[in-house]
Amino acid sequence: MTDNDNTNGSAGVPGEEPADGAETRRPRVIGTPPPAESHRLLSTDTPETDGDPYAAGPYPGMAHERSEERIRSGVRWAALFFVIAFLGSVAFVAGYVIFQVGDLWQTKWSNMALGGSLTVILLAIASGMTMWVRRVMPHYDVVDERHPLPSEQPEKQDFGKFFMAGAKESGFTRYPLLRRTLMLAMAPLGLLPLVLLRDLGPLPEKKLRHTDWKKGTKLVVDGTGEPLRAADFSSPGGIITVVPEGKEHDLDSIAKSTVLLIKLRPEELELTEEQMNWTYDGIIAYSKICTHVGCPAALYEQSTHRILCPCHQSTFDARKAAKVTFGPAARPLPMLPITVDAEGYLVAQSDFHEPVGPSFWERG
Amino acid sequence: MTTPPTPKALGGVGTYIDDRFHSARFAGVNLRKVFPNHWSFMLGEIALYSFIIILLSGTFLTFWFNPSMHEVVYDGSYTKLHGVTMSQAYESTLRISFDVRGGLLMRQVHHWAALIFIAAMFVHMLRVFFTGAFRKPRELNWLIGATLLILGFVEGLLGYSLPDDLLSGMGLRIAEGVLLSIPVVGTYLMFFLFGGEFPGHDIIPRFFTLHVLLIPGIMLALVVAHFMILWHQKHTQYPGKGKKESNVIGTPMYPAFAVKAGAFFFFVFGVTALLGAFAQINPVWLYGPFTPAAISSGSQPDFYMGWLEGSLRVFPAWEINAFGYTLALSVLIPALGIPGLVFTPLIIWPFLEQWVTGDKRQHHVVDRPRNAPVRTAFGMSGVTLYGLLWLAGANDVISERLDVPLYGTTWFFRFALILGPIIAFIVTKRICLGLQRRDAAAASHGYESGIIKQLPSGEFIEVHQLLTEDAETVAVAKKEVPALAAAVDGDGVPSPGSRSMMGRVRSRLHNFVVKDDIPVGEPHGNGHGDGHGGRPELGEAEAEERKELRH
Repeated sequence: MTDNDNTNGSAGVPGEEPADGAETRRPRVIGTPPPAESHRLLSTDTPETDGDPYAAGPYPGMAHERSEERIRSGVRWAALFFVIAFLGSVAFVAGYVIFQVGDLWQTKWSNMALGGSLTVILLAIASGMTMWVRRVMPHYDVVDERHPLPSEQPEKQDFGKFFMAGAKESGFTRYPLLRRTLMLAMAPLGLLPLVLLRDLGPLPEKKLRHTDWKKGTKLVVDGTGEPLRAADFSSPGGIITVVPEGKEHDLDSIAKSTVLLIKLRPEELELTEEQMNWTYDGIIAYSKICTHVGCPAALYEQSTHRILCPCHQSTFDARKAAKVTFGPAARPLPMLPITVDAEGYLVAQSDFHEPVGPSFWERG
Repeated sequence: MTTPPTPKALGGVGTYIDDRFHSARFAGVNLRKVFPNHWSFMLGEIALYSFIIILLSGTFLTFWFNPSMHEVVYDGSYTKLHGVTMSQAYESTLRISFDVRGGLLMRQVHHWAALIFIAAMFVHMLRVFFTGAFRKPRELNWLIGATLLILGFVEGLLGYSLPDDLLSGMGLRIAEGVLLSIPVVGTYLMFFLFGGEFPGHDIIPRFFTLHVLLIPGIMLALVVAHFMILWHQKHTQYPGKGKKESNVIGTPMYPAFAVKAGAFFFFVFGVTALLGAFAQINPVWLYGPFTPAAISSGSQPDFYMGWLEGSLRVFPAWEINAFGYTLALSVLIPALGIPGLVFTPLIIWPFLEQWVTGDKRQHHVVDRPRNAPVRTAFGMSGVTLYGLLWLAGANDVISERLDVPLYGTTWFFRFALILGPIIAFIVTKRICLGLQRRDAAAASHGYESGIIKQLPSGEFIEVHQLLTEDAETVAVAKKEVPALAAAVDGDGVPSPGSRSMMGRVRSRLHNFVVKDDIPVGEPHGNGHGDGHGGRPELGEAEAEERKELRH
């Protein structure tokens, strides 16, 4: 539909109208319930109707000539669609009984049978109704007058006076003591639910500063729960996700303590001496929880030694203590100091030396 | 032909109701209600109908869904996950999908209808914005609509978190990071929402209550209010022959519009069912249960969250650490500041526009977007900002599919997000003004018919044909922005209102809105089929244009 819909306009109503909606000329209003006098008017218009204002239709004066043949064809089409909709319901019930769910394929066929027949039912009803309204019902536009939204001035004034009289009678305006103590009583009431919500959770305290890594905690492989020997993780470029031993199924712990273990050639590392002591034979451990908003920084590009978080593409350089090289993360991934125990298993030297994961206000 | 007699049973029901509610007059008035015909009025209907579909399909899902984070070992029909530890929420989602007939269909219908609902609200809102249908007296309904859109976002986020799969869990993780970035109270909000540290065992049941009770309850109340206000104030209508501020022209509710609307409801439902039957959405069984240690690359949220994702992706890594506290600007600004930047103008626009233009008139005939160039341009720059943010949320996909460097896309969007809206503003405004000129020209001397005629004097002219009455009404439908009360009165004394800081800002903005206004062309009288004989008061621009037309 274009804005300049060229219809064959005849002489008539100019488009411009005073902005306040003032009436200059009053066309006959159709579409509002006829007041008493217009009943008369309408019945004189169509005298043969014997006092029935709706003899010609629900909107007197409105008509739309359609050939009887076209209307009949519309009725037939609509009926056809309604019958199809009924058959669709039969198919739906049949499909419900015949197709069972279970494995992926069965579920797929059941879904298609039920969904397909439901689609047929709904679209057939829609099409039938469309045929009905477009082919059978007459099409015409009815003009409805708007009533101005603002009330008449006297009406407004009367209400204002009435309302204030009521307020005066109640004493609300007259006795400030009543008014003010009532407000005093009401004001804190809104805050009580907030007080009640206090037990939604514990206080943060220092919880975000610690993880489940302690001195001597074994690094176990995420998924299998097997501890890892340094000797078993010896090919440079290797990467594996580890969690603290005993916490393999504790999601709360994994959410903080997951560590990305990367094996590099020791000469590739560019670390301070302290950080060097946190690695073991080129094996370096970083928190896997991105310092941006906490997604697992799970992608590792061997050739460039970049760790990439797939959520927002923060990129960290595995050789340089996970220094941020691109993206929205503001801080490197914290390093977990690791070493090996007497049996050669990789263990933590201590907890992380700084909080892991996204920044928070008290982090400092 | 006479009215058929009322069937006895129907009359009986009518009488029964009327005896108790005095409803004959009320029903008579409301069944005669007029609905103007235009395709763009159907956008809000789509939103309404999809909301109903969501309520119906969602109720079905609650019969089996178990909103618990208690962990169980799966042994249901989907054998690939046998033996895997998962939450009961995820397990019951699998059960709905694979062990309940029609369960997968209802899940998919629910999800598709949610996407359609939010998309329809978006487009409906754009229609209302660009046509100025939000103006007095409809500002409050605009507020309700904006609230519904925001609640729709929240409701969607809550809903797709419920299955507790790997993808939705990552959305929760991001939500945790965003909460933590809030200064002073962030950690407390996070601990209270999650009932402790992430993920805890409380978030899914809490989200479930919010998702199925609180938010939909508020939304339902607002939808009803939205609809009742619309009903009371009556529809706006597009300019056209006979359409005035004081009337409304269209199809009456009974019988034609009721059937039309019914048909449209079934179309919307039918298309949703079609999508649910044949277009897979959110196959949670492929993602696996949530674990904070794993993620799949190319993770994308539902489309309406994409713009926030994009804003998080392209924002630079700013963070302030001072006095022992941390301000994570690289999360705070994109995740909370940018939505504020988008939603605040959206919410206050009707009031802002009224303040700037000083237009306190009642408007029932809507604007054509071209006739409010500054509003349209502003809207288009908002759409551009949204669209670019949305694309930025898929920069990894763009990078992979188009084979362009990933970081290059980030830099592209960093610049585009600033320049794009500005360019969109300028271009849109120019297009609007150009279209206004064309309307003015067509209204004053008709449209170019393409017929070339030689006059007796030997001169060639192109015959201009008059617009039809309807087209002419449309072409001159522009309403002038009223002038502000003079800043300086007759004696050269500045008026009090315009001297204040806000007064000066206001007159500057007003000037910006009206400065390159195209005057509304007076329609022609009759005749002038020869394209000659311009009116004596023909403006210079029009005269020039006319010269150009002659060969």
